Amino acid sequence: MQMSDVEELYDEEELDLTTLPDDELVEQMFDDLYNGLREEIMEGTNILLERDWSPSRVLNEALVAGMAIVGVDFRDGILFVPEVLSAANAMKGGMEILRPLLAETGAESVGKMVIGTVKGDIHDIGKNLVAMMMEGAGFEVIDIGINIPVEDYLEALEEHKPDILGMSALLTTTMPYMKVVIDTMKEKGIRDDFIVLVGGAPLNEEFGDAVGADGYCRDAAVAVDMAKEMVAQKRAA
Amino acid sequence: MQLDVHSEPQAERSRKRACKVPQSIREFSDQRTDASAVVITCSALLREITAISRANGWTHLQTQSISAELHNFPEKIPAAVKQHIDAAKAKGQQVFVAYGDCGTGGLLDAMLEEEGIERIPGAHCYEFFSGGERFNQFHEDEIGTFYLTDFLVRHFDRLVIRGLGLDKKPELEPMYFGHYRKLLYISQSDDEGLKRQAQAAADRLNLTFEHYAGGSGDLGAALESFNRRIAVELK
Repeated sequence: MQMSDVEELYDEEELDLTTLPDDELVEQMFDDLYNGLREEIMEGTNILLERDWSPSRVLNEALVAGMAIVGVDFRDGILFVPEVLSAANAMKGGMEILRPLLAETGAESVGKMVIGTVKGDIHDIGKNLVAMMMEGAGFEVIDIGINIPVEDYLEALEEHKPDILGMSALLTTTMPYMKVVIDTMKEKGIRDDFIVLVGGAPLNEEFGDAVGADGYCRDAAVAVDMAKEMVAQKRAA
Repeated sequence: MQLDVHSEPQAERSRKRACKVPQSIREFSDQRTDASAVVITCSALLREITAISRANGWTHLQTQSISAELHNFPEKIPAAVKQHIDAAKAKGQQVFVAYGDCGTGGLLDAMLEEEGIERIPGAHCYEFFSGGERFNQFHEDEIGTFYLTDFLVRHFDRLVIRGLGLDKKPELEPMYFGHYRKLLYISQSDDEGLKRQAQAAADRLNLTFEHYAGGSGDLGAALESFNRRIAVELK
């Protein structure tokens, strides 16, 4: 068979998502997320909503569950950063549809997080992934951007009063700034008011401990799990 | 925009010219087993180290390189370097590590401290190719700077475009480069062809282009210092 024949075969058999029953559509959305197909994810999201799925059910059972598969394969070295970014981009398409609907339903937030990349650093791929996965897990996320000096972190903590402060860095040269922020929080007597989570490619658990963070998150899925656990512990205390 | 940055003092320029890298030198690991010292490095630096070593007649110096692609998995760098250190120590060789921290978050330095091995200071190769102080200035001048060296220009398509998956997923480009404003080519050689390629890379990423002739930067001095030290120890 020639390549052109194969392409024609696929063209002829293009999948109509509306014809799939719910369970198969969700399975298909897992595949589409895995393959980073943003338009298909948006279409699948709309179809499920038209079938009277609640926005939170679409989010959890289709998008978040699909991204969990991506997360596991990333951790296992089967997928790499480009594929994860592509999947995240697809999920973002679904989130854009769901976000206003979730706000309308007034679902109670699991917790609130302020997140930003530290001063001197413009890298935000990891931060954005964490922000999106946290939002998907039901957290209210206030993303204050990149190159954030300590004053801006403190201002955001004062203004938004989150449960969690998240700090990200990609550079070995910028990651020590996390200690500057945490030490300043200590000086101001507000360190224990917040859960501080840190992450970024060059970081590790020892570094997280050394700067006085509550947790080091090696990836977005770990950040979500850690955030849920720590917020639950804090609220129970 | 194309801008050459040539503001260093004359003496410094002369020293860098003396370390100019011949184009004929290919990337390879020197497999000699009788060398009394070894430089463990990244393949991104091998060409320059080999050139400096040959230019100075350091026949006692062997090079061992590790693939630059390990930068995508920095957590694996310390173990890869350690493997070469173990092999060198088993042969009784003196060891120098010409590697940046390269995103290991201090793990490389922690391992080297335990092993008692010296490393060229700096977080990245483009930092010691430009010199620490000057690199800090570059970073302060424009935080959104994407750096290329000769090696990275030569392998731009493989390591940057294909390495980041941009050949297949061009829609990811804003996610990777959205906050970058400038591409700074820190050259080791005086090669107009590479300069044109670097300019093309800047155009490809829609970044303004600047060029700084860094020569071997701090690398030549670091290797010289290592050689002086082992010369005393080997006596």
